[in-house]
Amino acid sequence: MTDYSIQERSLQPTSARVEHPLIETARMFAGNRAALSGLAMLFIIVVVSLAGPWFYPTDPFEMVWSPFSPPGAKGFLLGTDYLGRDLLAQIIHGGRATLAVGCAAALLSVFIGITFGALSGFYRGWIEETLMRITEFFQVLPTLLFSMVLVALFGASLGMITFAIGIVSWTGVARITRAEFLKIRELEYVTAARSSGASNTNLIFRVILPNSLPPIIVQAALLIGFAILFEAGLSFLGLSDANVMSWGAIMGNNRPYILLHGFTIMYPGLAIFLTVLSISLIGDGLNDALNPKLRNR
Amino acid sequence: MPDTPVESTTLLTLQDVEVSFTLKRSSLFAKPSLLRAVDGVTLSVRKGQTMGIVGESGSGKTTLALAVARLLPVARGQIHMNGVDLLSLRGEALRNERRHMQFIFQDPYSSLNPRLRAEKIVREPLDWLSIESTSRRDDRVRELFDQVGLRRDQQRLFPHQFSGGQRQRIGIARAIASNPSLVICDEPVSALDVGVQAQILNLLRRLQEELGLTYVFISHDLGVIQHMCDTIAVMYMGKILEEADRESLFNTPKHPYTQALLSAVPSADLNRRNRERRIMISGDPPNPIHLPPGCRFASRCPRVEDRCRVDTPPLVDIDRHHRVACHLVKAAG
Repeated sequence: MTDYSIQERSLQPTSARVEHPLIETARMFAGNRAALSGLAMLFIIVVVSLAGPWFYPTDPFEMVWSPFSPPGAKGFLLGTDYLGRDLLAQIIHGGRATLAVGCAAALLSVFIGITFGALSGFYRGWIEETLMRITEFFQVLPTLLFSMVLVALFGASLGMITFAIGIVSWTGVARITRAEFLKIRELEYVTAARSSGASNTNLIFRVILPNSLPPIIVQAALLIGFAILFEAGLSFLGLSDANVMSWGAIMGNNRPYILLHGFTIMYPGLAIFLTVLSISLIGDGLNDALNPKLRNR
Repeated sequence: MPDTPVESTTLLTLQDVEVSFTLKRSSLFAKPSLLRAVDGVTLSVRKGQTMGIVGESGSGKTTLALAVARLLPVARGQIHMNGVDLLSLRGEALRNERRHMQFIFQDPYSSLNPRLRAEKIVREPLDWLSIESTSRRDDRVRELFDQVGLRRDQQRLFPHQFSGGQRQRIGIARAIASNPSLVICDEPVSALDVGVQAQILNLLRRLQEELGLTYVFISHDLGVIQHMCDTIAVMYMGKILEEADRESLFNTPKHPYTQALLSAVPSADLNRRNRERRIMISGDPPNPIHLPPGCRFASRCPRVEDRCRVDTPPLVDIDRHHRVACHLVKAAG
């Protein structure tokens, strides 16, 4: 037999080593100063929120001095609130609940959104019609009002608040996921996977979903910021868990005195602002880093 | 060329296969129109042989290939492989049957999942179809890399780190991983450079010899078809116009369309170039949604007659292993 192996073996050398897509993404992200500063800021906020209570153990619910002491008085760096409680302690201790609600609500909405988007984008037909009509229903719902009704009806517990935020914010994820699925399901490697014996479950979770993740990740990051703002909004209107301190709750408690003692609202507001800003910067950075069209510029 | 043994067994038979797409309605009250991409195709492919399907863009050859692999729904007809009625299979049964029929795709760039390493791409059929024990699969992947002429140190690379030809080798390794009896090659080399084309074609032929594969080979390149195929079917607008073994098709083409196709192949042989005139076909193919009655090729045929525009010519045997669908060609006997 003739030796085919010589002539048929590829003569071209392997193309110059290109990095793994994830490394390339990380490199892009690291080159983005705004995103990096956002990441640094968020890191500080998270560390202070998680570890702060050990270093600053003052009970945020304890009345320690006279109400509305200005910042700096008697060693209370940010002053006291309307009941004479330490504002700095409240902000440090409240970060946990605020971040937890933000992440949990974003997780919930990403979960619902991916489920709706993936099923409707993959199966099409009546499944798509039904799920997208439900999505549209939630899209046109007045979100703040609907969450307020939920929290007012079922009680202002941390869990209920998280659920109320998650249930109104998933439509964007659903639409993005569906759009990605519609695009990717037509690609040849999906047909190839089906031909290799992939079941529908495998196609959805192992083939299409991993390839549609980049825009979903960006949306998820932005959703955390949205959820934190939403929680603050609900708390500001008085719908917060009375047993848990959160940044929104501080603002809600001091709302009646906003004109006389603005600092009691300003400091928790600043904490929320910085957190949401850093998350947005990270989200934008991820968006650029994950978008292949912006690469190599 | 060795003559094809008549008694060799049939692996794949297609009986009157039709694939159609419903197009979006132009308005609310309009009837949805039907596009018959493949219209009543009957074929049989013998074990260990290569059946070539040629045709221009839009003739339905890729659609036919996808339909045979059960990657597109078939509207009518029957497909049997090794005695198994493929169209009756559903769900798990169909998934399990996939190990016997595999597909090589045209575009080596879009047919590999960009997030997976080469070894994982080749391994997937083994994992999904539960072939071999988990511990043996790594060895099998290594073996497949050797078989298609890739180096073992390339196993952990990602698709974008390979050239087009190397990517197609990965696609071929994936296709033969499950030890299929039938491999459908949908224009496997048309996206590659000519030099690489030859390598890939030789690889496919060697694998056919070594593994006893049966190919359905789709191409628009007559040179490639001549190099690869034992039997050739010419498709036009969803129908087979002529089917014959290689020798009769290339030496004595009967259908005006086939003759025009063959005359368009550039020849280095001066005598031949002077002897044979290039047959020009003018006009455009008919609108596939509103097909006129009669022969599909009537609107462009240089030898068209009145009856061609009325009756559709059936595909009839004119010789052993030679079938033609044309009114102008006399049937055998």
